[in-house]
Amino acid sequence: MPRTRRKPRTRVVAAISAVSALGLLVGCSGGGERTGGGRKDGKVTISMGLYGVMGFKETGLLDKYMEENPDVVVEAEIAGDEQTYYTALQTHLAAGSGLKDIQGIEIGRAKELVDTQKDKFADLSGVKGTDHFLPWKQSQVTSGDGKVIGLGTDIGPMAVCYRKDKFEEAGLPTDRDEVAKLWEGDWAKYVAVGERFKEGAKGDKVAFMDSASGLFNAMIYGGPQQFYDKEGELVYADNPVVKDAWKLASKAATSDLTAKLRQFQPGWDPGLANGTFATAVCPAWMLAHISEKAGEANKGKWDVAKAPKGANWGGSFLGVMEDSPVKKEAQELVAWLTAPEQQAFLFQKQSLFPSSRTALESPEVAGAKSEYFNDAPIGEIFGAAAREVPEEQVLGRKDGTIKDIFSQGLTLIESQNKSPDDAWNTTDERVKKAVG
Amino acid sequence: MATSTSSPQDRTTGTGPPPGTDPGVKRRRRGALLHRLDVKGAPYAFIAPFFVVFAAFSFYPLIYTSWISLHRVELASLDFMEWVGFDNYLALVRDERFWNALGNTITIGVLSTVPQLLMALGLAHLLNYRLRGSTFFRVASLTPYATSVGAAALVFTMLFERDFGMINWGLSLFGFEHLDWENNKWAAQAAISVIVIWRWTGYNALLYLAAMQAIPRDRYEAAAIDGASRWQQFTKVTVPGIRSTIVFTIVLSTIGATQLFGEPLIFGQGPNGVTGGADNQYQTLGLLLYEEGWKSYQMGRAATVAWAMFLLLILVFVVQRLVKRFVARKA
Repeated sequence: MPRTRRKPRTRVVAAISAVSALGLLVGCSGGGERTGGGRKDGKVTISMGLYGVMGFKETGLLDKYMEENPDVVVEAEIAGDEQTYYTALQTHLAAGSGLKDIQGIEIGRAKELVDTQKDKFADLSGVKGTDHFLPWKQSQVTSGDGKVIGLGTDIGPMAVCYRKDKFEEAGLPTDRDEVAKLWEGDWAKYVAVGERFKEGAKGDKVAFMDSASGLFNAMIYGGPQQFYDKEGELVYADNPVVKDAWKLASKAATSDLTAKLRQFQPGWDPGLANGTFATAVCPAWMLAHISEKAGEANKGKWDVAKAPKGANWGGSFLGVMEDSPVKKEAQELVAWLTAPEQQAFLFQKQSLFPSSRTALESPEVAGAKSEYFNDAPIGEIFGAAAREVPEEQVLGRKDGTIKDIFSQGLTLIESQNKSPDDAWNTTDERVKKAVG
Repeated sequence: MATSTSSPQDRTTGTGPPPGTDPGVKRRRRGALLHRLDVKGAPYAFIAPFFVVFAAFSFYPLIYTSWISLHRVELASLDFMEWVGFDNYLALVRDERFWNALGNTITIGVLSTVPQLLMALGLAHLLNYRLRGSTFFRVASLTPYATSVGAAALVFTMLFERDFGMINWGLSLFGFEHLDWENNKWAAQAAISVIVIWRWTGYNALLYLAAMQAIPRDRYEAAAIDGASRWQQFTKVTVPGIRSTIVFTIVLSTIGATQLFGEPLIFGQGPNGVTGGADNQYQTLGLLLYEEGWKSYQMGRAATVAWAMFLLLILVFVVQRLVKRFVARKA
């Protein structure tokens, strides 16, 4: 009878849908693994969470480590964008799951992690063979009580990249030593050279620099403190370093010396290729980007000169999680990856500038020249800049966010015709809101 | 069904002799209970998947968001929530960024919705004619809708670029030089509206077309006999004939406009996308929420924006109902 047959079927369907509903609920509450790594059959698996182009996987360093240590398997997961990576890292830290054994730390986040999450990271201060870093690099990830949550990978010492051909057209010297002499010791001289460039340039199609924020960044990242003081208080409003940088950058913006572009945003890349600006303040890691975007056609037109003052923009660290089941092995891997030899190797492969003092002094770094940039002695230029950075640089919790807000403040002057005072007030208000 | 015939019997056994004596009665009672459960419970089991998913992914987040919005919470320390009551809401109402974002959401919404629906109406009217390769044109008008927001917005962002963009190159032929689309408030909002219009016009046109094809031909014939021109046929026969579809598309576009997020985010590129321009000149409510949550990492304030958006939608709904009732009473 169809009636009796239908009944069990409805029951089965009902049961299935109820069970699947339950399954959905259970699925949500899953998880519980501590970190990615573990031990199995005498093999140690170490997981890494990285972002951007840190170079470890790309250059085959991880493979090399696995070859030298046959009982170790390294699994690296790389997020393209650091912002996405950090958001995920924060949720993983808060939830206590989904973490890797080794996590990359960007300099803009270092302070926040030291302040709020240092218990979750293993202390690396005692790891053997890690006393070769630049002093200011390791101070950025050292907590008040001396705990070190990461080991330094690369840094971003700054120089000025400039177009030789545009300088020649404007009647300025083109040799990199003479160019560096023009602005030696003072960023104000750099802006003064800009005025000379503007007078001498033929036509008004070429601006002296790409953006006012590039100049601003270079100036503040040469100082011992930027937006915060050691106690973690916001001091940007009274910090002479920030005030001077703002004044000079807004002067450059209002006297039409900039191409009104934003670095790494649309318009900037074709600007590098087509020469809409003659100079850009460039950290070492930017060289790879410039040579790629400006292309083979502009080889030899770009050159690198020493910046008025040494400064550092960017850089990363590798930290090990305290809860990792393979903590010791992960620490060894981190120490190896950040060792002088590997840093020098990454510099040659990816122009990631070493944070290790020993690597800086090695001949393959100190004597390095860039073919694309007219054989500029980049090892020497950036190495000198790295050594000029103050011994201790105070970082703040929201450095990355505040830097973006200041860049936008300068855009208000450059592209929206706001007065520097108005723009400062807006910026001030925004910083307070973002931090508050 | 099988149920209705047996249920009176069940009831009589329920009120029968004391339980536990006869195993036959026991079995029958268990059977009856299972049967009752089957009858009363099965429908709930059938609808359970939807409601469980809804509760887990919509209702619970909604409630939890409101709880978060009453606290000061940062993403880095989610376990640590500081009770602040309605401070977040008060701060939001006093924050000019909120009113700016609300204004931008409305202006971009109008700029994108009105031309989009008018163009869709015209396009549908044209597609409704008998023409060669009509299927091709109908499919072609739907392709923008099938493109992802990201791809479309990226391409348009390149087209609207200041120095080397194709649109500025085209304008320069007419003597307009270097229009800075991103930094000019109305230019930026117009550019974002263009992306929205490009993506959604064809979709709406197909909805209109489907409705138009349901209008009986004899109405047009009658109108033609009465001497109505093509235009009069369009305004007097076609538009009234698809009125309910027009209302539907207006509702859909309005919802879409209040949620506008991806296009301006990509249009601004990087930090400027999150804040909707250096001067917040095209920051929508969706972007403000994102800025609070994923730039400042202030979860409490982001949740507050989310709830403010929700309350605004409810307000719009209530106002719309009141107006409707008022109009109906007048009529």
